[in-house]
Amino acid sequence: MSIITVERKVLEKNDEIARRNRALFSSKQIFVINLVSSPGSGKTSILERTLEYFNHRVKVAVIEGDVQTDFDAQRIARYDTPVVQIVTNGGCHLEAKLVEDALVNLDLAGVKLLIIENVGNLVCPSNYDLGEAMKVVVASTTEGDDKPLKYPGMFQRASALIINKIDLLPYVNCEMTVLKGNALSINPSLKIFETSCTTKSGIPDWCSWLEQNLQS
Amino acid sequence: MHELSFAENIVEIIHKSVPRDELEDVRIVRLKIGTLSGIVADSLDFCFCAISAETPLANARLEIEHIPFSVRCNSCQKTFVNDIGIVVCPECGGVDTNVVAGRELQLTEIELDDKKEKTS
Repeated sequence: MSIITVERKVLEKNDEIARRNRALFSSKQIFVINLVSSPGSGKTSILERTLEYFNHRVKVAVIEGDVQTDFDAQRIARYDTPVVQIVTNGGCHLEAKLVEDALVNLDLAGVKLLIIENVGNLVCPSNYDLGEAMKVVVASTTEGDDKPLKYPGMFQRASALIINKIDLLPYVNCEMTVLKGNALSINPSLKIFETSCTTKSGIPDWCSWLEQNLQS
Repeated sequence: MHELSFAENIVEIIHKSVPRDELEDVRIVRLKIGTLSGIVADSLDFCFCAISAETPLANARLEIEHIPFSVRCNSCQKTFVNDIGIVVCPECGGVDTNVVAGRELQLTEIELDDKKEKTS
């Protein structure tokens, strides 16, 4: 038997492309967030409220990731925002290469903020760096308060948590203090926002924090 | 099912690390997989077997070392281990902690059968 010592990260190829994406974003002074959550937590609705809030004052571009359909890109296009849909055809997450390829079809002129909406999944996307400045995870109240403990990998890699659908709190089995406590036990430095895309509560807080992160 | 994508990356690294005419001698591929890496070892094994079948890597198998999730507390200087990703120190309740292990996704070694050396 002979042994070859390798010591390489399994995802080194993805990481290399992510570095390339990051360098491109940095050269164009674009702040990039990777928006992740389970399906149906309201990522696209948060995006829509965010676009409404900025109302072209800050130029935003969007990359939509979905297993099938371009429904989300159609929703975003209504806001007269540059958007590209990535259809993964069964793939459960976005990879850096998919983002790199999508950027070819995205007009980034004047863009200050790029939001990449990942495929709804709290497991797989946590491993794949896309070149973003930060991951933002969305957890909705209808999912219960134990999500951070069930999917620690994702909550640990995120910089911010948006707790969405807070207007439904009276009707669902979710304790806000428990949800926050669980999230902070996994990641004490998480910045937490509470939003409702129906009442628009919390959207200004989220958006003004996001704006503070943009490069002027 | 991102294990398939992982398995493809593993095959690619093997191809980069082992000369082409020795690929069929690969027997064991050693990996370090952290508890919080989000990878299911059985699924990874299944995917690797599926994509390496009827290729020169058909005789290779994965040997996975599981790395527990461990965190060091900067306040009380203790290291603690848990399977669920808690980073708050169980001793002092401090949150000034560093994750020291448990997120690994590393291909460490490839073991080859030296049959060619023996026959030559």
